[in-house]
Amino acid sequence: MSVNLAGIPLRNPVMTASGTFGYGAEFAEHVDLHKIGAFVTKGLCLKPRAGNPTPRIVETPGGMLNAIGLQNVGIDAFIAKKVPFLRTVDTPAIANFFGGTIDEYAEMARRLDEIPEIAALEMNISCPNVKQGGIVFGTDPACAASVVAACRAATKKPLIVKLSPNVTDIVAMAHACVDAGADALSLINTLIGMAIDLKKRRPVLANITGGLSGPAIKPVALRMVWLVARAVKVPIVGIGGIMNATDALEFILAGATAVQVGTASFINPGAAQTIAEEMETWLAANGVADVKSLIGALET
Amino acid sequence: MQFTSMILSNVEISPGYWRMRLTAPQEFSAATPGQFIMVRVSGAIDPLLRRPFAVFDVGVYTPPQSGSLPQPYFEMLYRVVGKGTAMLAALHETDLLDILGPLGTGFDQGNLDEEKLLVGGGIGLAPLYLLARELTEKKSPVRLFAGGRSRDDILCITEFKRLGVECYTATEDGSLGEQGLVTEALKRRLDALKGKATLYACGPDGMLNAVARIAESYQIPCQVSLEGYMACGVGACLGCVATGRDHSPETPDYRCVCTEGPVFDSSELKWGAQK
Repeated sequence: MSVNLAGIPLRNPVMTASGTFGYGAEFAEHVDLHKIGAFVTKGLCLKPRAGNPTPRIVETPGGMLNAIGLQNVGIDAFIAKKVPFLRTVDTPAIANFFGGTIDEYAEMARRLDEIPEIAALEMNISCPNVKQGGIVFGTDPACAASVVAACRAATKKPLIVKLSPNVTDIVAMAHACVDAGADALSLINTLIGMAIDLKKRRPVLANITGGLSGPAIKPVALRMVWLVARAVKVPIVGIGGIMNATDALEFILAGATAVQVGTASFINPGAAQTIAEEMETWLAANGVADVKSLIGALET
Repeated sequence: MQFTSMILSNVEISPGYWRMRLTAPQEFSAATPGQFIMVRVSGAIDPLLRRPFAVFDVGVYTPPQSGSLPQPYFEMLYRVVGKGTAMLAALHETDLLDILGPLGTGFDQGNLDEEKLLVGGGIGLAPLYLLARELTEKKSPVRLFAGGRSRDDILCITEFKRLGVECYTATEDGSLGEQGLVTEALKRRLDALKGKATLYACGPDGMLNAVARIAESYQIPCQVSLEGYMACGVGACLGCVATGRDHSPETPDYRCVCTEGPVFDSSELKWGAQK
């Protein structure tokens, strides 16, 4: 079940998605962290961020919209309060981060590079819910290239860039990030959407729009993973509505080396572990000796 | 803790309000008043998210069949407001539900000698019953102030009375108890007690706001149990935050309802801004 993600050995391809798993410790009661491939922290930035007013989430058919607004403790509190826990876990911890400017992104990459407990960095250039959340970097290939290059120069750790689906040409974005030094790409972040309360004639979310996640976005995500995996040489982390091992294996067939489980962890805190276990059962039952043989093995 | 639970009963106790009893593992009896559970209404993806409900009661019963073992259970109250709760109302005895809980931080029972005034509006009575039961078991004096739009919104008063709790009721349409807001009766009791009491409240925002202001003017401790839109119930989604006392756009102060709450000291929160 082991795979290699841009130099990070993962015991299995199942990771948790940023913003759905706290900083790891919150889920220790629900998940044996040693049964998942890796976990990704809530998105971090230089200063603590409080996030958006409420309502921040709303359920939609087969999914949910969120506009949390990148609430996080900031890099200093992360190092002081969250990193000590990471020492107790023998599973790669990946720090998700963002900035408001290219300099802030690079500074974050530098700060995270100094933390030995962090196995890799995941750059968020795709948060749809805050103006400084990176979406501007995530929707223009030239901007993406410059911010990725700045972070590349600031860290020797594997650099994963998380892509937004809210673009016209995701392959162009992928090329821009890879050419600028990304070691891997993760996709997709949430799709921008909105919900309306007819009775109140108002948007449900205080932020008006939010990011759609959950099973509703899986077909969109599968297509984008498939397109990008065929276009670039770096490994892909597939994300988008993965609820079970079948979903995860579909992403691997489409070209993902690993997957991230997000919204499913809200419904079942143990989802990532369950999916990894079910995947192992499926592989055995179907005579697949090595999950790596399925990566990009989609027949078209 | 996540477990599969079997429905023991599911009864409409008042128009639109239901009471469900479910089997629980032994460890669930450690649930404290004010804690909640997250219920997966169905295994399908719509509705996708769990629904939060207060723990109404916990207990153990022995089925009437000979040789039956004592079975721990818990109860919850819910109001049918949408698709998820409508699906719950359609379930029957022996149906199974996936439960996560007990979750969150419940009520602090404080000084047992001092009178406890419990204020509940509509479905907000749900977390107050277990609190009333535990307090009366500890011989702490308890009174209940139950309010609602009409008599249909005043739930389980018989159960509270059975505990020996003196109950005051008020309805906006006057169909049960005093006509008006139950906070008027609350203020009269506080005047009689010369302000020596602790308040515990759960209900609609307007009621919580009013109770918090009463606590402030009488300078007495007050705990409120909040609701929040939440996806996970375990502190990960950060969807359910409440606005803390010192909140401002420049110095934001958000508290996680599911883990830091759902019960908060009312003085810790910012009122008026409360959604």
